[in-house]
Formats: sequence, structure tokens, C-alpha cells
Amino acid sequence: MKLSKNGKTALTVGLIVAGMVGMSFAAVPLYRIFCQVTGFGGTTQRAEFASDVVLDRKITVRFDSSTAPGLPWKFKPGQISEEIKIGQSALAYYTAENLSDELIIGTATYNVVPNKAGLYFRKIECFCFTEQVLAPGEKAELPMTFFIDPDIVNDRNLDDVTTITISYSFARNEAAEAEYYAALDKEAAIGGAKPEAQGGN
Amino acid sequence: MAGTATNTAEHHDDHVPSFFVRWFFSTNHKDIGTLYLVFAILAGVIGGAMSGLIRMELMDPGVTFLTSFTDQNLPEAAQLDAAKNFYNVLITYHGLIMIFFMVMPALIGGFGNWFVPLMIGAPDMAFPRMNNISFWLYGASAFLLTLSYFAPGYGEQLGFGGGWVLYPPLSTENITGPSMDLLILSLHLAGASSILGAINFITTIFNMRAPGMTLHKMPLFAWSVLITAFLLVLSLPVLAGGITMLLTDRMFNTAFFDWTAGGDPILYQHLFWFFGHPEVYILILPGFGVISHIVSTFSKKPIFGYLGMAYAMVAIGFVGFIVWAHHMYTVGMSVNMKAYFTAATLVIAVPTGIKVFSWIATMWGGSVEFKIPMLWAIGFIFLFTIGGVTGVVLANAGIDHALHDTYYVVAHFHYVLSLGAVFAIFAAWYYWFEKMYGIKYNVFFAGAHFWLMFIGVNIIFMPQHFLGLQGMPRRYVDYNEAFSLWNHVSTWGYLITLLGVLAFFVGIAASVLQRRKGVANPWGEGATTLEWTLPSPPPFHSFNELPKIK
Repeated sequence: MKLSKNGKTALTVGLIVAGMVGMSFAAVPLYRIFCQVTGFGGTTQRAEFASDVVLDRKITVRFDSSTAPGLPWKFKPGQISEEIKIGQSALAYYTAENLSDELIIGTATYNVVPNKAGLYFRKIECFCFTEQVLAPGEKAELPMTFFIDPDIVNDRNLDDVTTITISYSFARNEAAEAEYYAALDKEAAIGGAKPEAQGGN
Repeated sequence: MAGTATNTAEHHDDHVPSFFVRWFFSTNHKDIGTLYLVFAILAGVIGGAMSGLIRMELMDPGVTFLTSFTDQNLPEAAQLDAAKNFYNVLITYHGLIMIFFMVMPALIGGFGNWFVPLMIGAPDMAFPRMNNISFWLYGASAFLLTLSYFAPGYGEQLGFGGGWVLYPPLSTENITGPSMDLLILSLHLAGASSILGAINFITTIFNMRAPGMTLHKMPLFAWSVLITAFLLVLSLPVLAGGITMLLTDRMFNTAFFDWTAGGDPILYQHLFWFFGHPEVYILILPGFGVISHIVSTFSKKPIFGYLGMAYAMVAIGFVGFIVWAHHMYTVGMSVNMKAYFTAATLVIAVPTGIKVFSWIATMWGGSVEFKIPMLWAIGFIFLFTIGGVTGVVLANAGIDHALHDTYYVVAHFHYVLSLGAVFAIFAAWYYWFEKMYGIKYNVFFAGAHFWLMFIGVNIIFMPQHFLGLQGMPRRYVDYNEAFSLWNHVSTWGYLITLLGVLAFFVGIAASVLQRRKGVANPWGEGATTLEWTLPSPPPFHSFNELPKIK
């Protein structure tokens, strides 16, 4: 089919429109990657190993917790703050207690303030990497291991930072609960044992 | 015939279809333009009435006025809640109606359809039937918006009261009624309509200019509509994407903006303002084009720095895409990002300054006639410049942290849009009224319209700068008594403006009753663009023989 001159122009502009619609949806994963790479909005970083450099400069890390509406958990940090050396690995605890009489699966999201410190807050282990399952009335201690990246001293924007607050918010993970109960039903049907709750990233 | 320019088009078959076919199946760019103008006037009356209710409520502290619109059988506390919801709904729909259903249809759909083909010497738009679809999609969109207004939003309360920006989680978690869903669909249709219109304008302007009319000889209004069309094509799909995500978050359990399942509500703000900032240039650029023509016509000089004027609009359009986060300085950006967005935003003042100074330079040394359209144009330049200057203030992230979401922002964007864009619309209305409808406007009422409105809108919005600097937050139904003086003054300004709008309608009625016959070119030697070579009103089919541009 041969397009007229007007048809070609309209088709070109139409393709631009389709491209922009695509871009708007591509923005969703791109934004996530952008936050992870730049620590935007206080997104923390992950580390496989502890830092082998420990500096003398100290930073106070404060711990904050909250729960989303609809999650009947009591969720508190085990310590209000910790003063650690930059590069030193530290261990912190949160406690979570299921106040309801049903099994609940929760997932935590997190960030730090000041937001600019997100790039240098590195977690080695964290309860927030996986889903947490609490049986009715169960109380659990949730650990995290982290350190402040020694690169922080090379970023002059971070020179004024003496305190970093890490905040966790737990929300009910209904999708994981549905999966859990579905697996339970399946196990019951074939007479198997109680399944483990799935841990994800 | 006396006073009528001869044109070859008159000798052609100028068959006008019957009423129903002409106005409901219209494919003629002039008729569609008129339909858009009627649509915009109706929407403007509704949106304006809403702002009246807002101003009456804010005249005195306390929720005192809107309670009279609630069910009087309810207990007092319930009446109060209903009145508060009504206020939120009013500010939301006032914004949406004025942006999507008044300014855009008037400047782009109305004057754009009417005069882009005439100015470039084209017989019609490139896709006349698509033009018809664009208009009626707007009708469908307005219908859905009306349904949304009367559908439950927050609990049992009617309408969506979350503000025109539709931020989640308010628009996803808290306002659960069908009102929001209808609103999203309404915006989808309005967006589709505008995108089709933009494709039409781009194709028309690129392919159908008269022989000899290069892009660099094209009138500035056509330039402004071309750039606006590109902004529409690039920005509206992103809004469509963003509100589609809102819709699926609401209806299909996705979690684009739901933090409890890994989403991020700030992402919506980025998507929205990636559309929202170009949108404000979409609203004002066609106005820039109109003002350039009027200033040049009534100064009897060609526009000063024509190419600079055209490329200043290109520059504004381009930079408009990379400044969006200045609407969201308070979400927690790093200092470096704020520095970038501040600097990029301030850069926009340069091409805007080129435009303002070129208008002044056009008047400089010209033989200036203060006819009604020129009054509106000068009023536009004055008001737009004030709004531009407060924009430069707000561009600074440091200052914006204090002024964010205060009445200073409200005053700023009403100076550039409510006064800027609307004054451009009225300037265009009086400039082309005789051309479009073949009768002269009533000078007395047109003058009264201008002066009442100029005084009125300044009294409405100038005090809102003071309120904002004093810290009065926007979007609240009630305020501290300390703010009552300037709120009172502002409401009096509204009442004066209302008289001005009344003069507008009386003026239309008077001109229709008087029927003073229009001439092809009432403005004389200063009016040089092609539409003035045609009789007034232009024949149903114009430029069947293409004009040659030297």
C-alpha cells in the first residue's frame, strides 16, 4: 500500500505517540533501576561482604519502624541508636509480634534519611530481603547487618552527615499469604508436611 | 458588493450543508473551530462558576457558604463534611475544566482550527474527518467528566476531590468510588482527542502550506500551534500512561504506586509532571502566537525579530520537557538535582524574555492604535510578565521549600494562565470576531469587558501573593482569621470579574442584534496575514485556488 504524503506524516507522528506511551511504561523499571543505582530517595545498597576498611570517623545510626494500616503487628527497633565507625559492620535487631490470631506474612520496605546517605548505607543481611511469616501471637527478633561505606568520606555532599536514620515499614503481603495457603491446601491434599514460607529477594 | 474583497473562492460552488449535517457531521475547519469555541465558552462558564463558589466560600474564615448547598436534613456535622468534600471537588474540577475543557479547546481547537489553514493558505485541515472525531471525543470526554462529578468518590460523597494532579495514594487508596475511574476515562478521551488534533495540525502545517510559504515565512500563530502540537504528541501519552497505571492500581490489583507491594507514589508525580510542565506551555504558546499578530497589527509594523520569536517558542517547548521536577522540590531530592532543576527552570526565562522584549520592541516606534484586541494584548503582556517574574522566584528550590503549596503558587499560575492564557483568548476573540462571523463586535461592551476584567483579576490574584508569603496553604476550605482581609479583597475582585464576563455576553448579544456588517480587513495595513485577504466571514470553502507567497 502506498501512503500519501499526509498519510506518511500522520503515521510518523502516530509512531511517536506510540513510542511515548511505551516510554511511560518503561519508566517504571527504569525508575527502580535509577533509585537503586543512585540511592535516590534514600534507597540503601546491598553488599556481599563486610568492608575491610574501618575509619575513625563515627556516625550515629538511628532506627525507626512503622506498620501499614491493616497489619496487626507490633514492630519496634531493639535499640534506638548505635554509634559506629565508618566501615565497621554492625548488627541491629528489630522485634515483631503478631497481635492477631491468624498467620500473617509481611514484607518490609525501607529507606534512610538524609536521602543522600542511601548510596553509602550497605546491608549485608537484612530481614527486609525476605518475606516474614509470623504465626498467631508469635514474636520474632529480626536481625540486620550493615556498615557505612568508607567511600562516604570522598563525597563532599555527605560531609555534614553525622546521623543516618534507617526506617522500616512493614506491610501485609497478601499475595504471599495466598500462595502460602494455596501450597498448604496442596500439601494437605497429598498428605504432606506443612510447607516452608517462601523467601524471596 | 461594497466593503467585500473579491476572492476567487466566491465564484466556486459554495454549497453549505443543512443545519444538522453542518454542525454534527462537520468536516469544515471553520465550523469545527466554531464548535470548539462554543464548547470552550460553555466550559468556561461552568469552570468560572465553580471558581465563584470557591471564592464565596473563602470570603470569610470558617465553612460558611458551601453548607447551603448540602442536604439541610442532615445533622450539622454531616453537612460540614459534605461542604468540605464539595470544596475539594470544586477546586479539582475547576482546574480540570479550565485546563482541558476551556483553554485547550479555545486556543488549539477553536482558533487553531479556524486560522491555521487560513493563515498558511490551505483549503482545510489535512484530515477533516479526523478533525470531526477530535471534537466529538471532546464531547464524550466532557460527558464522562460530568458523570464523574456526580458519582460517589470519597465514601458516599459525590465527585473526586483529590486535586487536578490526581496524586496517589489519595487517588488510589482513599478515594475509592467510581468518580475517579470515570475521571480517568474522561482524561483518556480528552487526551486521545488532543493527540488526533495534534497529528492533524502537524500534517497540515508540514504538507499544506501555500506555494512559496516556507517555514521561515509562516505566520507566528501557525508556528505556535505547530510547536504546541509537538508538545501534545510528546507529553500527553505519558499522562495517558500514568493515569492508566492509576486505573490498574485501582481496579486490577497492580502496584505501580502502592508502596506496600513495592511501588512508589513518587513515580506518579514524575510521570504526571513530565506531562504537566509541557502542558502549561501547551496552554500558553498559542496565546504567544496570537499576541504576536495583534501587537504587530496594531503597531503597523512587522513583528520585531520574527525568527527569534519562532525559535524562542521552539526553545521554550524543548526546555519545557527537562524541568518537570521543579513542581516537586519537596519530595526529597538531592541538592545536586535541585540545583539542576533550578538552573534549567531559570533558563526558560531567557526565551520568554526574548518574546516579551520583542513585543515591546514591535510597539516601539510603531503607530500604535489602542483598539480592543490591542488592549487585551497589552494586558496579556503585563499580566504574563508579572506571572513570569513570580515564576522565576518559585524556580529557586530554596525559596520554593517555603512557598510550595501556598497561595503564592496559586497567584503565580493564575497570572500566567488564568490571566495570561485567558487574556490571549479574549484578545484573539476580539481580533478575529469580525473575520469569523462577519459582524463587528460592540465596542462599548468590549471595552467594559476588558477594563472590568483587568481590574477584577488583578484584585483577585495580586492579594494572593501576600497570602502565600504569609504562609496560607492552598487547597484548604478554611483558614486562620489572620488571612481574612486579603481573602475578602480577593472575593470582591471575583465579583468585579463576574461583571466583566457579563459584559462579554451582553457584548455578543449586542453585536448580534446590531449586525453591523464586517469588512474583509478592519485593521488596515498592519494586518498582513492571509486570512485578511478573504471576505468576512470567509466563504465555506476557502483557498480552492492556492495563494502564491512571494
